[in-house]
Amino acid sequence: MLIKHPDDILPSEITPQGLYLRRRDFIKTGVGLMGMAAGATLLPGPAHAAPKTAPPFSTAQKSPLSTTGEELTPHHDITNYNNFYEFGTSKADPSRRGDTLQTRPWTVSIEGLVRQPKTLGIDDIIKLAPLEERIYRMRCVEGWSMVIPWVGFPLSSLLKQVEPLGSAKYVEFYTAVQPENMPGVRRRVLDWPYLEGLRLDEAMHPLTIMAVGLYGEALRNQNGAPMRLVVPWKYGFKSGKSIVKIRFTDKEPRTSWMKAGPNEYGFYSNVNPEVDHPRWSQARERRIGEILKRPTLMFNGYADQVASLYTGMNLKINF
Amino acid sequence: MQASQQQLALIKAALFLLCLLPLGWLIAGFCADVLAINPFGLQDEVLGTNPVEFIIRDLGVWALRFLLLTLCITPLRKMTGMHWLLRLRRMLGLFAFFYALLHFNIYLGLDQSYDWGEIAKDILKRPFITIGMLTFALMIPLAATSNNAMIKAIGGKAWQRLHQLIYPLSICAVLHYWWLIKLDTTQPAIYAGLLAILLMVRVRDYWRKLRQRY
Repeated sequence: MLIKHPDDILPSEITPQGLYLRRRDFIKTGVGLMGMAAGATLLPGPAHAAPKTAPPFSTAQKSPLSTTGEELTPHHDITNYNNFYEFGTSKADPSRRGDTLQTRPWTVSIEGLVRQPKTLGIDDIIKLAPLEERIYRMRCVEGWSMVIPWVGFPLSSLLKQVEPLGSAKYVEFYTAVQPENMPGVRRRVLDWPYLEGLRLDEAMHPLTIMAVGLYGEALRNQNGAPMRLVVPWKYGFKSGKSIVKIRFTDKEPRTSWMKAGPNEYGFYSNVNPEVDHPRWSQARERRIGEILKRPTLMFNGYADQVASLYTGMNLKINF
Repeated sequence: MQASQQQLALIKAALFLLCLLPLGWLIAGFCADVLAINPFGLQDEVLGTNPVEFIIRDLGVWALRFLLLTLCITPLRKMTGMHWLLRLRRMLGLFAFFYALLHFNIYLGLDQSYDWGEIAKDILKRPFITIGMLTFALMIPLAATSNNAMIKAIGGKAWQRLHQLIYPLSICAVLHYWWLIKLDTTQPAIYAGLLAILLMVRVRDYWRKLRQRY
């Protein structure tokens, strides 16, 4: 069922995008003029780069589902070594160019095979469920890994808002495309918008979260602000960043990476040391900060919690 | 332009030091980033978040760059008439081998922890490793015969034919790079383009020679 919202904003009232994007310059100029007029420097300098460290991010409850006994990857590494091709294909591109991403206003539309399609503002989403700190291992398909203290909430608490229909079997996740602010989307290295997907039971699994923060502060743009998926037992690329749309379907989604390399990237992409990438081994990984590689664990070490999702499935075929 | 013996010796010494710079940069970076020994006061991280991977890749790319530089000598010499350039070719070729040797050894040690079973599996199963190994294997006889005594022992003609192995092995080197890249092949494509130009020059010269003969 499609619910049509009345257009309560006239097109003439909408700020042109160019002007909107320059709004900070306007404020800076204004502040500068005010400073000159007052002849004083009472106003603090620009703080646009400083992420929010105020609650709710810093007061997130520690979750019992966190991994324990592992050293956290330093903040600097988590925020400077990223794959976010919308900003470019080098690992330094997202932190270098991510500033331009506009994360407010930000809405997430949840649609498809659901009783109650909804479009929610990000600040309302953050209040839907108590925020938790979840420390998860993150294993990239390229053979490196990190340990990341996410701040987020279970994806299931968001999905329940829209009452999925019985026919819904899969969930699609769409990443934002802002051509003005994401230089990487000007090249078609991947099929934009970046599309990822999960089976419904994977999406509803208690380990699957939407992260809105990291290290007790709001998520930075290079890590997928304002909200990104985290599925810790799958390779990192399954965890879509900067999500704007969630869609329930009855067909297995054909994700951006499946389109880019059907033989190399499967729909499931569970971390599995026994199923190699056609071009490199997945048996070992280099934990960021370590010199030698360590063995990769089945389902990235979350086998106890998630292996039952795949009983009877051939994981070599369903890679 | 001709160069005297003395000038040539000077040029060679300078080139030798220049060729060591990429390695020096990696060592300085490793000391600063990983060992926290930073006598030169390097700002920022040199090797990034994943230093071992950076080192392996950088050494490989430098091996490829030196291969292409080696291949530049003959066309450059013909274009400019600076025949003394030929005297630098051996050094450039040996540096290509030197960087490939480091690249290969660090892969064995830091990527595979000298686990020979894993290494054998890697070579057999993964085309980009297979072709990388092939590239390195083909470089060995060339490096081993890059001295006057070997030229004399083998004989000029046969030696030249042997050293034409640089053509197929350079193609292998570019493929090795290409097949490793996950998605964005811009970088290997640039090297492939440069190599194609260098090889085409040779094909053209070969055809000209054939036509003159008949």
